[in-house]
Amino acid sequence: MTTALLKQPTSTPAVRKPNRSFVHGLLSNKKALTGLAVMVIFIALALLAPVLFPGDPSRITAMASMEPSAEHWLGTTAKGQDVLALTLHGSRSSLFVGLTVGLASTFIGILVGLASAYFGKFIDEALSLVTNVFLLLPGLPLLVILAAFLPPGLGTVILVLVVTGWAGSARVLRSQALSIRSKDFVAAAVVSGERAGRIMFREILPNMASIVMGTLLACVIYGIGAQAGLEFLGLGDVSTVSWGNNLFWAGNEGALLTGSWWVFVPSGVCIALVAFALALINYAVDEVTNPRLRKIKTPQATPVKTERSAAK
Amino acid sequence: MRFILRRLGFYLIAFWASITLNFLLPRFMPGDPVSRMFARSQDRMQPEQIEALRKLLGVDDRPIWEQYVDYLHNVFTGQMGVSISRFPTPVTEVISSQIGWTLLLGGTALVIAAVVGNLLGILAAWRRGGAIDSALPPVLVFIGSFPYFWLAMGALYLFGVVLGWFPIRHAFTDGLEPAFTWEFIGDVGAHLVLPALTIVLVSIGGWMLGMRNTMIATNSEDYITMAEAKGLRPSRIMLRYAARNAMLPSVTSFGMGLGFVVGGALLTEVVFAYPGVGYQLLNAVQGLDYPLMQGLFLTITAAVLLANFLVDILYVRLDPRVRSN
Repeated sequence: MTTALLKQPTSTPAVRKPNRSFVHGLLSNKKALTGLAVMVIFIALALLAPVLFPGDPSRITAMASMEPSAEHWLGTTAKGQDVLALTLHGSRSSLFVGLTVGLASTFIGILVGLASAYFGKFIDEALSLVTNVFLLLPGLPLLVILAAFLPPGLGTVILVLVVTGWAGSARVLRSQALSIRSKDFVAAAVVSGERAGRIMFREILPNMASIVMGTLLACVIYGIGAQAGLEFLGLGDVSTVSWGNNLFWAGNEGALLTGSWWVFVPSGVCIALVAFALALINYAVDEVTNPRLRKIKTPQATPVKTERSAAK
Repeated sequence: MRFILRRLGFYLIAFWASITLNFLLPRFMPGDPVSRMFARSQDRMQPEQIEALRKLLGVDDRPIWEQYVDYLHNVFTGQMGVSISRFPTPVTEVISSQIGWTLLLGGTALVIAAVVGNLLGILAAWRRGGAIDSALPPVLVFIGSFPYFWLAMGALYLFGVVLGWFPIRHAFTDGLEPAFTWEFIGDVGAHLVLPALTIVLVSIGGWMLGMRNTMIATNSEDYITMAEAKGLRPSRIMLRYAARNAMLPSVTSFGMGLGFVVGGALLTEVVFAYPGVGYQLLNAVQGLDYPLMQGLFLTITAAVLLANFLVDILYVRLDPRVRSN
């Protein structure tokens, strides 16, 4: 993928052109379109939630534990809240946290990865050591411990998820940056006396745009899933409405044992649909940028991605 | 040998980092959670026990470095204090009574997922574009996108509550004496099915795709063409030539998976109220049982690091390139 980009002249404006063909390739890819469509629907529903269901979604509006009906499309909880309202409002917090965690983890990953690759030697050794330690520390128990000690709240959830999530992206981005660091045009930039920051962000970074995008998507998926897990354990901010908290209350109120499947199915399916849509876009990005994967029409993950999923 | 020593050094640093994290967390967190804990349970404890816990969790006035040295000493001599929620059982005793269940659940699930997943990956790569290769990966990726605990809840509801095929809580039926009888082992097995099944379902996709992708790369190697030219049986080429050389990343994943076994089964254990360390960790958090929390986290970290170190040793045995370096 880098070689394709490198055929362009290496001055920065040249990056535009492969970008346009990248967007075009993405829009003519069936997986990407499906994924994008699902994401657009979810984002629209999240934005429209206060219009469709005005007022506090967790207020009690009906009889308890009613099955889905014309009045309450997804039934009601054991408290008598409307499940559809809870699910739609829940998407706001879940998507927001997922996106924030994804952006923050990827940003840290970019900084650490670029610094490692560009400076090398001692800085690389030190940063890699920290990255590897964070990768190795068991994620979920660390999440639980941190959430237990920090005061509950949305900020804590985001902070904790970023602390446990950045290392994976840093490792992936470092190895990619390393391979670009050894290219001739970087050496040329060094010789011509460009500043370190410029080389890292204007020369190296644009050439790893697709892997940054893949990392971002993976981090958002991680953020949404881990937030749900944390909240399901009751360690999030229990007062907010989110998919994870919906499931926490479903478990707490015994929705499973009383057979109220409609209480816990919607939030879980939403998380899965969003994660699946993002994964589809991720595969599409791979296919568009990696010609080797394009030839045979089967879904495929690059080794990079498998490494990440195993690490979880 | 140098490789092993370097890895050992790395794991020691990682372990030191987690001990230090454990040391710093209760000392620098806002809101003084430890005092809250003492306020709740003061009347049940002996003065000297309170004193020991204060030292462990940093509620004393000594300089911080002195506390740190003391803490390190305590950790390495296995003095983790007494559990608050299961007063007055020592933390180490609580942990050792539960780690077995986690190892049983996680180990069973890991071995099944790794073996079946890798075999499916081998078959998918060998017949690229065939039935397994085109149908399974999307399905498994889709299943893998569900939140882990949600699948567990679904399985519990469907097979446990609605169909009633399997027990839904705990590791064995209440009142049954743990013993080496067929009755007890069968009972434990029945309780194991649902939790293990959900872990396998979620993790199998990663194994399969990983194996498949590496094996596609090995399939185009010259020695595969050579083996075919020699007229070897396809099954032999597949298993002994291609799969064998594609195994290495899977071995690494297995090491990470072992870590996941101890720490990652947390959500499953919570859903099924399975009495392992993950379930206990959540209970400790809810009961503000800080000594137990710390002990559990250190135990889990130590297990993860040990598992990875063992895999490194195995790696040296498997991959001659590591040895020659």
